[in-house]
Amino acid sequence: MTPDDEDLIRRRQRGRALVVALLLAGLVVLIFAITLAKIRQGIPE
Amino acid sequence: MNAATPLLPPADWRDFLALTKPRVMTLVVFTGLCGMLAAPTHVDPVLGFTAILCIALGAGAAGALNQWYEADIDAVMRRTAKRPLPAGRMDRQAALHFGVGLSAFSVILMGLALNLAAAAILAVSILFYVLIYTVWLKRRTPQNIVIGGAAGAFPPLIGWAAATGDVALLPLLLFALVFLWTPPHFWALALFVKTDYANAGVPMLPVVAGERVTRRQIGLYTLPMAAAAVLPWPLGLTGAIYGVVASGGTLLFAAFAAQVATRTAVSDDRMKPEKRLFSYSILYLFVLFGALVVDRWLA
Repeated sequence: MTPDDEDLIRRRQRGRALVVALLLAGLVVLIFAITLAKIRQGIPE
Repeated sequence: MNAATPLLPPADWRDFLALTKPRVMTLVVFTGLCGMLAAPTHVDPVLGFTAILCIALGAGAAGALNQWYEADIDAVMRRTAKRPLPAGRMDRQAALHFGVGLSAFSVILMGLALNLAAAAILAVSILFYVLIYTVWLKRRTPQNIVIGGAAGAFPPLIGWAAATGDVALLPLLLFALVFLWTPPHFWALALFVKTDYANAGVPMLPVVAGERVTRRQIGLYTLPMAAAAVLPWPLGLTGAIYGVVASGGTLLFAAFAAQVATRTAVSDDRMKPEKRLFSYSILYLFVLFGALVVDRWLA
């Protein structure tokens, strides 16, 4: 594996890790918002 | 890992995004949103957003599984050769895992946040697109897109079900509209990319039955499509805004379809009427669904 290959792999891994982190943060916010909406509707479950 | 398996670097996140066919998703999301907004109930904005997100994720998941299964066909078609799998930028197993995971996530989230009816219809639409259309019909019959078209017709039904927990006559007519719109839409495309489909061994109607039959079928399918488009108005399910827009838009569609249905392509033909019908058919669906929502909100 050349240094260029290693660099490409690192860059892709960093990009994917960042996107997954953002998606997980978005999911947390979404679940919280859904919970509030359900409470507003009077449906606790 | 055996010697035949090429060692690929991890796919870029943009390739995962490309697997979901974002351009196709636009129409799916729009019709789903309109189905939800046309429903006679108020939907909490957060839950409405979640429903549309689930429809988009479900459509993306189905697109990913479609690309996973069709990588061999995509590789020989110019239109699709640059997709992540045929271009060798992604491992097939990664695409499969992504598609299955996203399918399950979208259905579970829909079930938990909205209701079981919407989740069930979403699950059926994903399974229909992947198993019935992609795996079973596409390579076997020229009727592939007629029956497979149902998969793309589900979103308004899902949107409505997400809002009401139920289905009714209007979303069923919207389902029929998209279902019957699909054959003229895709066969117009197939007429001008016939060589691509023939090279890939996909039995699209122009490849198997020839141009003349395809043109006649475009004309024939336009008739019930027109009925499904206009019917909500006389049935009292929509108001005059939708009725007028649907009537005018459908007349124009019928005129373009009639031109395609009755003409014979000559050599050095640039297939302009077919390309026009294909482009207009996309606009047509956007306009009709938009008019439905405007009609509902102004009523």
